[in-house]
Amino acid sequence: MKRDTCFRLLADLMPHDIVVSTYSSAFEWLAIRPHPLNYVAVGAMGLASSHALGLALAMPHRRIVVLDGDGSLLMNLGALVTIAAAAPKNLIHFVSRNGSYEANGGHPIPAQGVLDFVGLARSAGYRHAESFTALPAFAAGIESLLSAPGPTFVELHIEAGDTSPAPDYEHIHGERARREFAQALKK
Amino acid sequence: MKDTSQLRGVSILNALKGAEIEYVISVPDLTTSEGVLRPLAKDPHLKLIRVCREEEAIGICAGLLAGGKRAVILIQYTGFMASMNAIRAIAMEYRQPICMLVGLLFADAPEDPRQSVNYGVNRMIPLIEALGMPYRLARNDDEAAAIAPALNQAFERSEPLTILITRYPSA
Repeated sequence: MKRDTCFRLLADLMPHDIVVSTYSSAFEWLAIRPHPLNYVAVGAMGLASSHALGLALAMPHRRIVVLDGDGSLLMNLGALVTIAAAAPKNLIHFVSRNGSYEANGGHPIPAQGVLDFVGLARSAGYRHAESFTALPAFAAGIESLLSAPGPTFVELHIEAGDTSPAPDYEHIHGERARREFAQALKK
Repeated sequence: MKDTSQLRGVSILNALKGAEIEYVISVPDLTTSEGVLRPLAKDPHLKLIRVCREEEAIGICAGLLAGGKRAVILIQYTGFMASMNAIRAIAMEYRQPICMLVGLLFADAPEDPRQSVNYGVNRMIPLIEALGMPYRLARNDDEAAAIAPALNQAFERSEPLTILITRYPSA
């Protein structure tokens, strides 16, 4: 699958959700769904799902979506255990799996091809954990996963080397995105 | 005469409540284990989030803050050092009110941690000063009580704060 195709499908299904995204996923998502409720200030690689957990606990009546990467998740694998233990029903955790540290030069992740992310999420205690390798199956299954009580984990097998928009680190780390997010929450 | 070496865990917990803290995110720290964390886990007025690693706590705290909740982090100084990149970005560059209670293991120099014979402990104040982060010491009950207004100020100004707990708080 292509990541941008998956994200376009998601954007149609959740035009106004709070979405926490990180690095390559963030740059692609921001181009597809520019929105003040995009939370991009994760600060350090790997922490997107942790920020999302905080948001999910603070706002239990809003759905919080994380667009993580496989390299990012590996940098904070314990977050799977923490999220499962906190068990927020309103959190859905997507991981784009392309087998590489895409934002750091495209080098392979350890154990690429062997690692079972869905198995890890399931054994950590996520309520749902699914993997998709083809778009028709993803399109058919995603709506029920989005509406199911979480925490939910969704692995998307995507092609390496997808073309992302040029990285805009100034935006994701900048004060403006944080301010716009805070203002949008108040509305 | 007042005992300036008495530090009770309840004084720290009362300060958190005084600052309207709702969540405490923690990796266990031997310094604060009995006096703070164990009673905190049973306290109905504070919600404890146990995490696997301290860096996670920085992210969770930022998310809670963005969602309008007050939170603090309770960790050991080793975890502070392990989380340096997240502290650099989220607390310092983003100027988020990431507030941390940091236990100084060994507590061999409670009046001035810079005099500790333990390298990690005696580097903490120079490290925090190098970051440019506001900090305070909690050496006794009076300083523990002062945590509440310091936290309020950190949230009002949106600036981080580290509180170094220099001795083992009593249960």
